[in-house]
Amino acid sequence: MTRVLPYPLLAASLLAMWLLLNGFTPGHLLLGAVIALVASHMMSALQPSKPRLRRWTRIAHLMGIVFVDILRSNIAVARIVLGGRNPQVVSGFVAIPLEMRDPTGLAFLACIITSTPGTAWVEYRSADDLLLIHVLDVVSEESWSDLIKNRYEALLMEIFE
Amino acid sequence: MSHAADLPLWAALLVALLLVLGSGLTLLGAIGLVRLDSFYKRVHSPTLGTTWGTGGILLGSMLFFSMIEGRPVLHELLIAVFVTVTTPVTLMLLARAALYRDRMEKNPEVPTFVAVAERSSEVVVKGTKNGEPEKS
Repeated sequence: MTRVLPYPLLAASLLAMWLLLNGFTPGHLLLGAVIALVASHMMSALQPSKPRLRRWTRIAHLMGIVFVDILRSNIAVARIVLGGRNPQVVSGFVAIPLEMRDPTGLAFLACIITSTPGTAWVEYRSADDLLLIHVLDVVSEESWSDLIKNRYEALLMEIFE
Repeated sequence: MSHAADLPLWAALLVALLLVLGSGLTLLGAIGLVRLDSFYKRVHSPTLGTTWGTGGILLGSMLFFSMIEGRPVLHELLIAVFVTVTTPVTLMLLARAALYRDRMEKNPEVPTFVAVAERSSEVVVKGTKNGEPEKS
C-alpha cells in the first residue's frame, strides 16, 4: 500500500481537484488517478512530513464550529468598521501558551485564526510554545486564550496528535 | 451564459442576494482598511473580503452556473480552499515585518514577546510550561 500510494491524502486531494476542474466523467477519473499517482510519487522525492490523521470524525465537528465562528466575527468586525473610531473598541496583543506541537495542526490553527476576522496570527515561537495574536476587540484576554485553547486547540490535538 | 433570463425567480433573487452580500462585505473590508487607525487594526479588515466576501460571491457563482448548465458546478470550492490556505502566508509576512520594524523603533504600543507572555501568564491558567523548563 505505501509503495503504490506513498501519500494517500495528497493523491486523493489531487484527484478531487482534477475532477472539480474538469467535470466528473469516467475518462477524467482515470486520467486524474494516473496524474495523482505520478505526482504523489514525484512528491516523495521532497520527503515531506506525513500528517497523521487520528480521528476523521472530529474534522466535520471542527469545520462546523469554525464556520459559525467566522460568520459571527464577520458581523462583529463589520459592525466595528461601520462604527468608526469607537473608543470602546480596544485592540491589543494576546499571548497564548500552546500545547500542540504537530506542524499540520499548527498550520490548521493558523488558517483558522487568520480566517476569523478580528483575530490575526502575529508570532509563534516554537522554543517557548508561545503564540502571539492580535485581537481587534479585546473584551478580556482570558476569554480569548480560552477560546483558542479549548475551542480549537483541543479539537486539533484530538485530530492530529 | 445567454440563458440568464431562464433562471427561475427564486434562484435569481438568491444569486443577487449572495452577490450583494459578498461584494458588500468586501467593500466594508476596504473601507475598514482606510478608516482604522493602526497597522495591526487594519490587518483585520481585509479578512472580511477573504471569508464571507469571497464566500458569498463564490456561492452565488456556484448556484448561478449550476442552474444554467443543469449540472453541479463546484470548482469554485477550489478558489475558497486556496484563498483560505494562502491568506495566513501573506498575513504572517506583513505582521512579522511590522513587528520587526516596531520593535527596532521601540514603539511603545508593541510590547516585546517576553512582556506579552509575562502579562498573559498571569491571566492564563498556568500550564506545565510556565515556570519550569520542559524536558524534551
